[in-house]
Amino acid sequence: MAEIIVVTSGKGGVGKTTTSASIACGLARRGKRVAVIDFDIGLRNLDLIMGCERRVVYDFVNVIQGECTLKQALIRDKRLESLYVLAASQTRDKEALTPEGVRRVLDELAADGFDFILCDSPAGIEKGAHLAMYFADRAIVVVNPEVSSVRDSDRILGLLASKTRRAENGNGGVREHLLLTRYSPRRVATGEMMSVADVKEILGLDVVGVIPESTDVLTASNAGTPVILNDESIVSHAYQDAVARLLGDTVPLRFIEEVRKGFFSRLFGG
Amino acid sequence: MRLLDFFRRPPPSAQVAKERLRIIVAQERSARGGPDYLPLLRRELLEVIRKYVNVDPEAVHIHFDHAEGHEMLELSVALPDK
Repeated sequence: MAEIIVVTSGKGGVGKTTTSASIACGLARRGKRVAVIDFDIGLRNLDLIMGCERRVVYDFVNVIQGECTLKQALIRDKRLESLYVLAASQTRDKEALTPEGVRRVLDELAADGFDFILCDSPAGIEKGAHLAMYFADRAIVVVNPEVSSVRDSDRILGLLASKTRRAENGNGGVREHLLLTRYSPRRVATGEMMSVADVKEILGLDVVGVIPESTDVLTASNAGTPVILNDESIVSHAYQDAVARLLGDTVPLRFIEEVRKGFFSRLFGG
Repeated sequence: MRLLDFFRRPPPSAQVAKERLRIIVAQERSARGGPDYLPLLRRELLEVIRKYVNVDPEAVHIHFDHAEGHEMLELSVALPDK
């Protein structure tokens, strides 16, 4: 049974695509067959973050409109053989994405034996975002510890609870997970940033991951290598923990406390 | 003066953020699932009430509930102290 996971947030620029790419890689690394789909019609991004932008021949809308087969449009990752990317279309016609078409593609992926289908949602609450979440079994709500991001994600939680197939069928609803990104333990310690506990309390969600603020994220997107693949980075470790939690492992949260530098490491810049 | 400022420091900004969010999220959640006219209803009710009593915009609370087949609209207005 394929599990459909939407990566969503409401607000833009909080790290949905970075998260989709890293979680997809992380699941594939754990031996799962994974497809990750870019739902941002008109603004294709996931292919760049995944580093496969020059290999896009057909896209999501081409498949829906029957201009190619799903197999032709799926791009196999060069690093992980059980990982596939379905790129967003660059058409300006937002109507190209239909509920029936999306359902057909998801059903075909499920029938093809995929374990996980990740839907990278566009920002906002328009059609693309709606369709990205509609068929989901689980949702990763990506949030920055910042007022507008938290408020928007609460709007998204409202939509997950009402405008999804699971909500409409009344079979338990979508399982929701909170993933905090751009977390700065130092600023939390000085009272300038809301803590994991604060955001968790406001939204009332289980925390699946806390990703520390780091320059490694930009470096990774510059290179087209999802940041989880940089094993030197604490961001990678934080995403690997999140993947483990998604798979049901119990892993304590890391990187949420400020690391106090000792006298010598400060002196020598260690 | 500087020394006084030190003791009168405002609360940390994260605490302010959390408090603001707690209020707005609770307000938006209470309207959720209700009919689309709720915000307009709230505003018009406030206008009518203000013809008679000068109440704060925050003083009008509308709560919408579904329970066992019926829907309930709950309205509460906190009147100012005389």
